Parts: sequence; structure tokens; C-alpha cells
Amino acid sequence: MKTDRIFGLCVIGVALAYIASAAQIQVGFLSDPVGSRTFPYLVGGVALACALVIVLRPDEEPGWPPLATFGRIAIALVVLYGFAVALRPLGFLIPAAVASAAISYLISPRPVAAVLCGIGISSLLFAIFKFALGLSLAPFGRLFAG
Amino acid sequence: MDLWANLAQGFAVALTFSTLMLAVGGCFIGTVIGSLPGLGPSNGVAILIPLAFSLGLDATEALVLMTSVYYGAMYGGRISSILLNIPGDEPALMTTLDGYPMARKGRAGDALVLSGVASFVGALLATIGLMLLAPILARIAFLFGPAEYFALYLLAFCTLGGLASKNQAKAALAAAIGLGLAMIGLDNQTGIPRLTFGEIHLMDGIDFLVAIVGLFAVAEIFIYMESHGRNSAIGVKLERITVPVRDIANSTFTMLRSTAIGFVAGLLPGAGASLGSFLAYMAEKSVARDGATFGTGNPRGVAAPEAGNNAAAGGALVPMLTLGVPGSGTTAVLLALLLTLNITPGPLLFSERPEVVWGLIAALLIANFVLLVMNVPMVKLFVRILSVPPWILLPGIAMVSFGGIYSLSGSAFDLILMIIFGIFGYLFRKIGVPTVPIILGILLGNNMEDSLRRAMVISDGDWTYLFSSGISIGLWVAAIAGFVAPLFLRNLLTRPGRIHG
Repeated sequence: MKTDRIFGLCVIGVALAYIASAAQIQVGFLSDPVGSRTFPYLVGGVALACALVIVLRPDEEPGWPPLATFGRIAIALVVLYGFAVALRPLGFLIPAAVASAAISYLISPRPVAAVLCGIGISSLLFAIFKFALGLSLAPFGRLFAG
Repeated sequence: MDLWANLAQGFAVALTFSTLMLAVGGCFIGTVIGSLPGLGPSNGVAILIPLAFSLGLDATEALVLMTSVYYGAMYGGRISSILLNIPGDEPALMTTLDGYPMARKGRAGDALVLSGVASFVGALLATIGLMLLAPILARIAFLFGPAEYFALYLLAFCTLGGLASKNQAKAALAAAIGLGLAMIGLDNQTGIPRLTFGEIHLMDGIDFLVAIVGLFAVAEIFIYMESHGRNSAIGVKLERITVPVRDIANSTFTMLRSTAIGFVAGLLPGAGASLGSFLAYMAEKSVARDGATFGTGNPRGVAAPEAGNNAAAGGALVPMLTLGVPGSGTTAVLLALLLTLNITPGPLLFSERPEVVWGLIAALLIANFVLLVMNVPMVKLFVRILSVPPWILLPGIAMVSFGGIYSLSGSAFDLILMIIFGIFGYLFRKIGVPTVPIILGILLGNNMEDSLRRAMVISDGDWTYLFSSGISIGLWVAAIAGFVAPLFLRNLLTRPGRIHG
């Protein structure tokens, strides 16, 4: 109930913002009958209507996990974000090993197994990516280059 | 005969060594992906698409590899349904109903062989159906103008939305989200940037591969972290594997009926394999004289959904190839592959790139025999792979997804966008907003808008042009019916478990 109400209200806000930004689209003077704005308006309108229905007729609560699980998911998010940012400066091997070890630890908290898993996945995937598939991944990034 | 000449051309393409190897490799990878709980065909194909590009495959080869993975995943889904009582993918849900009880009775091997044969019958006949039906439909599709295409896209969203979710508003919202995201980037017709907020990375739009891998694969990691209590220890023993000749003979007609039902379900734009297996099981249950024993390990209850979902998998390729409108989540991902390869599916594909279409059909015929061998005599191999623990599997999935997308685009921006899609994918799954219409919206949004605008150019702004032909009126009626009907049907059908498109 509550989740759907909050979700619906958020969607209403986003849909209104979407329609407002669609109104900002520049329209060239040589435009077709429909133009660049109509379809975004239509889509925003449909989203708005759906959101209203969701607010007025919410489903039952989805069964959220306990706070600790959210904490673990948040840590995983931070890890993945760090991996995404570190990939270019540090290369593939070290960030991938750290990230896989961290995710592995979050799922099954055994430090030794997690570290081994990280090293294993990182080096195995690098070998597959680099030598079997010929992807252009740098093993170590710029930091280690000079 | 036209058909034989085309087919011969197809086999000439498919029977080269490299294409054959790709088909075999794809079947193997697909069966593994299908059998691992949590990794379904759409996830699996999504994760592998970036890798297919980096292999430098041409269009036919890439398509053969990915459809082999697709077919393989449809076969493989049953393995964990039967052994673990956890469906390996969504369409395999119905197989748990009789497959697991059969395994508990000590007939796990029989259930695996029987369902493997049923998968083979369903998939092979559906591939033949695809071969016969697709060229005809492609010819009809020449009659489609922009108004008809607009109505057809609408139909796809309506039927997909109607079936994929318990809440029509949420399904329609999902489609709107996808279409809204598709608008980001340069306007196809005028070249003016829309909704980019001055962000240069958004100028050429949101890459649908980023969205797909984020919504499917990254979200799956979070979902798994939440439900990590489920371990994948195999609960039933798998002894020697023999061929249960009598069960196969008894369920011959079951397989044929289920194949027909599944194929038709697959043809409907947006309906997909889950509907195929659901309808096949329910139909078989009501037809069978011993219908009451369904759910307690009746072999026919194993054969029906497997023939049904594999037939639907083949059927779903028909609208994807002939009209460019995917019939299921996985075919939506395959459409993304085609578009990225610069191939526009549709009637012209059959006349301009026959080697792609017929090479694919020939490869699918070959893949079915490969899959029969892998899934019947060699099934024990996959049972062993099934015991990979999640603490190795999930980091692996994460790294393959990130590595694949990064190797394609080389931009950290895309990876961060993918993580954001992952968060939303998780939240949407929890709230009950289906993710497949979002993908479909991102994929088809620009085409849908283009056909609307072209229709309006033709009619000089007269909106009634949208309903001016018999085909488009029929499509509009079907679209409205497809969206409204589930509201009433939902009360009539008491569904065993959750069904997803």
C-alpha cells in the first residue's frame, strides 16, 4: 500500500518534470505535422495516468527485506561503482579481483574463499577476455605504466 | 520449390565449420545458463551480446550463436526445475509442478530424458513452423504502412503489458518509461537534441545494451543478495539415466498438442514462452483422463510445459524476424542484437538478406539435434555444473557484464548508467513493474514515433488516418482487447504460482 503510494507520487513528479522538459525541446521551423514534442507529451501523459491509478489503487506491500540486507546491497552498489570508476585508471585485474572478492564475501562471509574467488575470477576472466575473445582490456592501468 | 532452394542456401551458410562450432558452443553455453537458477535466457543473451561483438562475428554468425544460446537456455531451464524445484528460468516454472515430484519418486533421470525429448519435439516442430510461416507473414507485412506499424507496436505493448504483470497500470507505466527513455538523444527527423540536459554522453541516446544488462543482470545480483538463503544443493539423487520409452510413447500426443499451443502463444507479439508453457500445461491437465494426478509427478505434466515453452520460443522468432516486433523478453534482447548489427528485421530482411534468415533457420534445425544429444545422453554434465555455488557465480556474472559493456564502449559513464539501471531493475521487480516492456520501449520507441510522424506526414496531420485500413483497425481492436482482457481473465484463472512474460 504505502510503497505503491510513494512510488506513484514519485512517478507523478518525474512525469511532470518530463513533460516540462519536453516543452523545452526546440522545434525547427521546417517541422512535420507531429513535431518533436508530441510523442514525449503522449508518453508523459500515459505515465501520469498510470501513476494516478497506482496511487489510487495501490497493490499490497511487496515484502521488503530487513535493513541489514539493504546495507549489504548498498555496499555492493558502492563496490560496483568503485569498480566502474577504477577500471580505466587501474586496469582490469586489480579492481576486478577486489570487486569480485567483495561481492563473494557479501554473499558468503568466508574471507579466504572470497579472496581466492576474487583472484580466480579476475585472472580467469582476463585470460578469456584478452586471449580468447581479443577484447581491449588493459591488465594494469596508467598508474602502473610509468 | 522456393522453400527447398532457400533452405539449401541456408544450409550452405550454416554448414561451414565456424558457424557449426558457434552453434555447438552456443547450445552448450545456453544450456548452462538455462540450468543455473536466476540466469534465464534473456539475462544470458544480454550478458553475452557484448562478447559476441568483440569476437568480430558477422551478422549471420552472431545471430546463430545467440539463437543457439536462446534455444539452449530454453532446454536447460528444466534441469533445475526437476532437480531443485527452482525453475532455471521463468518459462520452466510449470515444469516444477510435475518434474520435481517425479524426481522425488526416484525418477529424476526419466523426467530429464522425457522433458529433453519434449523440448526437442516442441523446438523442432516450431522451427519448421517458423520456416513455413515466416516467409508468408513477411509477404503480408509488405502491406503495412506507417499507420499499421504504429498500431502493431501498440499491440505489442498492450499484450506484453497485459500478460507480464498483475497490475495493468504498472505494465503500461513500464512501457511509458521505456518509450520515454528512447526519446533521449537526437531527434531522428530533425536532428535536434531532446531531453539530453546538455550531457554529451546522452546525445546519441541511451545504449539499449547498457539498459538491458543493467535491468536484467545487475538487478539479478541484488535480487540474489536479498534471497541468498536459497542454496543450490541438489536435493534428489540422479542415478543411471535410461530412456523411459513407455512415457515417451504415452505422451506423444501431449507433446504435439502442447507444441501447437505453445507455437501460437509464441506468435502473439509480446506473449512469449511463459504463456506457452502455462497454456500447454493447463490444456493438457483438462484434456487428460488422469488430470487429477497432475502435480503429483505425472510424466505428461512434465512433457506438456516443456514442449509448450520450446515451441513458443520458436514461435516468438516469427514476429521478431518478419515485423521487427519481438514476441518475448528474450527475442527483444535478440532484436537489440540485430539492430546493433545494423540489420533491420522486417519483410525486407527476407528479400534483401536471405542468407541471414535462412542461415539462421538452418542453424536452428541443426542446433536442435545438438541440443537433443547434449540434453539427453550428456545431461549429467550439466547437473554437475548446476552445483556451482552462488558466491562464485554472482561475482562472475557481475564481472562478465561489466567487462563486456566496458569493452564495447570503453566509457565509465555507461557502466555507471548500467548500475543505475540495475538499482531501478531491482526496485521495479520488488514493486511489480515488469522490466521487459521497458526494454521493448527503449528498443522500439524511436520506430514507433517515426511511424506515427510519417503517418501524419502522409495524411497531412489527419489523425483519423491511423484507423483508415482494415489491418490497422484490427490491430487496434486486438491491442485494446489484449490490454483489457487480462483484467477479467485474472479473476477466472486461479494461477498456480507467478507467471511472467
